[in-house]
Amino acid sequence: MAMGKALADWVDARLPVSEAMRKHMTEYYAPKNFNFWYYFGIFSLVVLINQLVTGIWLTMFYSPTDAFASVEYIMRDVQYGWLLRYMHAVGASAFFAVIYLHMFRGLLYGSYKPPRELVWVFGMMIYLVLMAEGFLGYVLPWGNMSYWGAQVIISLAEAIPFQVIPFVSAERATELGEALTTWVRGDYLLSEATVNKFFALHVVALPLVLILLVVLHILALHEVGSNNPDGVEIKKNKDENGVPKDGIPFHPYYTVKDFAGVVVFLMVFAAVLFYFPTGGGYMIEPPNWQPANPMVTPDHIAPVWYYGPFYAMLRAIDFNFILEAKSLGLIVMGGAIAVLFVVPWLDRHPVKSIRYKGWVSKVALGIFAVSFVILGFFGTEPADKEFLAISYGDWSKLFTFLYFFYLLFVLPFGHRFEQSKPVPDRVTTGGGH
Amino acid sequence: MKTFAIAVLVFGILPFAGNVQAAGGGDYPHSPGVNMQDRASLQRGAALFVDNCMGCHSLEYKRYGRVGEDLGIPEDLVLEHLNFTTEEIGSRMEIGFPEDDAQDFFGVAPPDLTNVTRWESPDYVYSFLLGFYEDESRPFGYNNEVFDNVGMPHVMERMERELDEEEFRQAMFDITNFLYYVGDPVKLERERMGAYVLFFLALLFIPAYLLKKEYWKDVH
Repeated sequence: MAMGKALADWVDARLPVSEAMRKHMTEYYAPKNFNFWYYFGIFSLVVLINQLVTGIWLTMFYSPTDAFASVEYIMRDVQYGWLLRYMHAVGASAFFAVIYLHMFRGLLYGSYKPPRELVWVFGMMIYLVLMAEGFLGYVLPWGNMSYWGAQVIISLAEAIPFQVIPFVSAERATELGEALTTWVRGDYLLSEATVNKFFALHVVALPLVLILLVVLHILALHEVGSNNPDGVEIKKNKDENGVPKDGIPFHPYYTVKDFAGVVVFLMVFAAVLFYFPTGGGYMIEPPNWQPANPMVTPDHIAPVWYYGPFYAMLRAIDFNFILEAKSLGLIVMGGAIAVLFVVPWLDRHPVKSIRYKGWVSKVALGIFAVSFVILGFFGTEPADKEFLAISYGDWSKLFTFLYFFYLLFVLPFGHRFEQSKPVPDRVTTGGGH
Repeated sequence: MKTFAIAVLVFGILPFAGNVQAAGGGDYPHSPGVNMQDRASLQRGAALFVDNCMGCHSLEYKRYGRVGEDLGIPEDLVLEHLNFTTEEIGSRMEIGFPEDDAQDFFGVAPPDLTNVTRWESPDYVYSFLLGFYEDESRPFGYNNEVFDNVGMPHVMERMERELDEEEFRQAMFDITNFLYYVGDPVKLERERMGAYVLFFLALLFIPAYLLKKEYWKDVH
């Protein structure tokens, strides 16, 4: 024991290990009233670790020059290779599921409002990198949906309206678009060169960026402290030792609570992993069980479910307005993601938490969430399918409008149309009502 | 608030849950009710596949040795009755039929079938095998109910003539069942392991929950 203490002191004199432990764990005071929604941050960390570990093992057997066959080799011949591959594939979907719920939590309780703007912005950067990472990863098995999905997504670069730049002619704009797609593909056609390039980005470049952003996200959070379901600043009420009265040390309180939550999450994860590893065709799509084939287009090219909402928005724009439809669609899709970055500055509601906002905010957030989910569903279905004699593509226009309406109108102006409830000085426990 | 949370989750999951069936199944006239526990059927299916299908269709990601191991067929029997192309138990189930020739003969090269029950479904495979009907307009005199203008001749024609209807259906079922196994060979192992994992996590939850409760009893 004495030797252990001596060693700890020796290290502490040279590296602030104990100090970091205190700052981020034992003396990081988190509000005591976290609810169900506050589990998804730790879940995403668990999934990140799962992706890193299974990913490292998969690279030991995967080969970008013989991609499809090497994935079949992993699934069939490598000992427990199927387990690694399914953990990684199910993990990708799980990552987005928990991130979406984590982001929704932020919207529910105004977690992005001052002083937490940077926490949100780093989070959005994580989400953006994750979307790129997921896309690259989906291409790597080089199944037929990998191929055609990549074909669709990479060709989006050709839809970038370079002609809006002064002195760039329409022909020059087309050339620029083509040059850009060629550069992204690393070839004149989608090929092994593309897979090699995507492999490097997927396993080295983006994971590094992702880890850095996660560290920044958590550092920024620990600097300002966590929000909570009441949207009350616990730092405004401190005791004589400077400890927030409504705060409890993250460790051990939230480590033990999160541990129990993680066990439940792992049960859900394991249930999907072992019994529905392809997610009924939503997580690994049926055409991806055949090798990439430029001669055979799948009946219906659909993105994986987590890109559904944005893909539906892209397709919803099927009309020209100043720009061509495909450029306009790209702008709408890009805008849908970009606008999320500035949510902290769009939201001008005096109240943080949905608990004390009026019914306009509550109903609007509900409509926003449902719109997003419905768009996600439409994105995975053919656009010409119909519901009540109106095509999914046309329905998508309505829900795209509702998506933007919430972010661009309800967040800045919604409070003018409702009566908020008084916000308490201290946090409440047991639901807040 | 809780109800709101539940509502969002339900709205989030329902549309997907409803479509899981559609994504995997599709509407085909026959449904085999595949059963990976039925080893005898899988063994017959393996033999039927090698005898009737492997002239043209490979299972290039599948190894003979694994078929033997998984279906309980001794190595010498695998080499004698299944592996006609190589001497080695570990070789892949490839074929010697050149793809270019196949293209010339049938208009399209017969696909590798390792994952056919994955990109299609067992229902599709079974319905395809039972779906050949006479059609003079086609070069080989047969067309197919689920694959219009199929390039493949009715290879099982003689079998269909010589067996009674029940036996023929059973044979087609066995082939489908075998291909289902080939498409997802670890299914049984996966599901068994899943049960252990879930059981372990359920046990782990008990101390995890009690620990949380113990620590939190002084938080008010």
